Amino acid sequence: MKGAFNGGMSGTMNGIAPSRVTRWVIGIVIGLAFALPLVSTLLYTLRDNKTGGLSLTNWLALFDPANARLYAPIWSGLGNSLVLAVVTVLIVLLLLAPTMILVSLRFPKLRPAFEFGVLLPISIPAIVLVVGLTPIYLQIGRTLGTGAWTLAFAYGITVLPFAYRSIQASIDAVDMKTLAEAARSLGASWPTVVLRVLAPNLRQGLLAASLISVAVVLGEFTIASLLNRQVLQTALVVVNRIDAYAASIFTLLALLFAFLLLLVIGRAGRARTGRTSS
Amino acid sequence: MTDTTPRPLPRTSDNQLLAEAGEGTRVEFRGVVKDYGSTRVLHGVDLDIKPGEFVSLLGPSGCGKTTALRVLAGLENATEGSVLLGDRDVSRVPTNKRDIGMVFQAYSLFPHLRIRENVAFGLRRRGVARTAAEARAMDALDLVGLGHLGDRYTHQLSGGQQQRVALARALVTEPRVLLLDEPLSALDAKVRVQLRDEIRRIQLRLGTTTVFVTHDQEEALAVSDRIAVMNAGRIEQVGTPEDLYLRPATPNVAAFVGLSSTVRADVRGGVVELWGQRLPAQGNATDGPVDVFLRPENVRLVLEGDGGAVGTVQESTFLGSFRRTLVRTSEGELVRVQHSAADRLSYDDTVRLTVAPEPVVVRAIAV
Repeated sequence: MKGAFNGGMSGTMNGIAPSRVTRWVIGIVIGLAFALPLVSTLLYTLRDNKTGGLSLTNWLALFDPANARLYAPIWSGLGNSLVLAVVTVLIVLLLLAPTMILVSLRFPKLRPAFEFGVLLPISIPAIVLVVGLTPIYLQIGRTLGTGAWTLAFAYGITVLPFAYRSIQASIDAVDMKTLAEAARSLGASWPTVVLRVLAPNLRQGLLAASLISVAVVLGEFTIASLLNRQVLQTALVVVNRIDAYAASIFTLLALLFAFLLLLVIGRAGRARTGRTSS
Repeated sequence: MTDTTPRPLPRTSDNQLLAEAGEGTRVEFRGVVKDYGSTRVLHGVDLDIKPGEFVSLLGPSGCGKTTALRVLAGLENATEGSVLLGDRDVSRVPTNKRDIGMVFQAYSLFPHLRIRENVAFGLRRRGVARTAAEARAMDALDLVGLGHLGDRYTHQLSGGQQQRVALARALVTEPRVLLLDEPLSALDAKVRVQLRDEIRRIQLRLGTTTVFVTHDQEEALAVSDRIAVMNAGRIEQVGTPEDLYLRPATPNVAAFVGLSSTVRADVRGGVVELWGQRLPAQGNATDGPVDVFLRPENVRLVLEGDGGAVGTVQESTFLGSFRRTLVRTSEGELVRVQHSAADRLSYDDTVRLTVAPEPVVVRAIAV
């Protein structure tokens, strides 16, 4: 629906829309800017040290039991990152989403202040965030231990702007107040209203928020490094010092995973649009 | 849907909802006051609604009619006063425990559920098993003539169909009171009239006490047992449609219910002097200048002879069995006249107007 609309716009507003050639040129230049480093990295991982040609030696070495000790930080870092991703998604779904529903249903006047607060982390550099977080993490270390999962509290803050935007787009697309009131008048308790009426209608936004959170968590380096926690990105740096090939391969795999997540988010969006316009 | 003859309701033996039609519940507002911050939107509303009665809350936007309905639904809490359902004070009972059915202006159907799941929603919340609830939902959909659309989704239905589904969903739980919050205002004129009449037929058949909020006086006059006319947070008059139309208690009611023209006149010795005629005033009128409210059907057109007010025709509209003509008097006042369709008038024709010798509603003008 949206795509068709945009297509119509560019067709009727030729004076403003760039020509077909310009669009292709822009697309190719930007595509190259992204593709060059990725392709270079890929070629680098495929280089054979002995012959100088291309081979899968470096990729196969990852699964060689002899190298298991060498790559151990990556596997444990990946494990930590996945746990962090899960806890961060839980924070988004169980803390952020219900708060947003509450704000839009009960305290709409708070929305500008809430939005400002939630979007703030995007303008605060990770280093600055860490300076503030360090004393808090000393306290967390004493009470909850120094497990890697506690980083999720900090990640919960860094993903707020991204998760907020996705969920708010869904909230704005449905008349939540009327839906909630209709459900209440039909005898639904508040938990039922949220789980059976509001959540299914915010499904797309909740899914996108979750996947974006996963992508952010898997790509985060600064906070983990400065707070001395081992996650995927910090492990990659460690391994990079010993085996640059392995680090490059894992970087490529992590990027690939993030691309797949973004594709899924896009699909979820399109599937929804398709249904409502049928 | 283009057919204007009323669609017959299902046979009682085929429809559990009809078979279980009951007596209806008494509803009462007692001194309901509602403040939003420092703004008072309801100034002590008292209203007693009999079991099975269809009562409309009528008034201009911002008069507090929707707030009153929302207080009854429990979607707003009254600042003072109480609301009774049956003999029970429900002021502190949350919405989901009040056993009400409510139809909203629009967009209240759940987009992620099929139509029959939408209608079954209230029953499921009351612990009815899925199959039983959906069978009953189909009975309710039959009642509004949409039994064949149970498997569709909301976005596949027209606005009128969506409101019928919302009505079925509100009625399927056999609520103690049916609340209608301007359910017709988003529909086009023809569907609006059809659905309005259908709501009334189903309501009469089921005997559900109903409170209908509307700003459309024609709608209220057509379907209500009684109408409460509200203005600025107060009920100005409660009465049958005939009462309100023929014996409006206040100038506001006269102005709001039915079509009126306002003209200047003088009261002398309790009698209204208008256009050389002497007319009794409805209620008490103190001497002095007044505004007089005139119904178009109480103004007579004099085509030959003299007497009355002289005016020129501004516009004349053919309305089927009669014509309505807007006349500007020599005083510069605009008066609507309803007259025989046989009297064709055109722009700038000179006519004379008189008033039917019946009591008129007046409002004193502060000098």
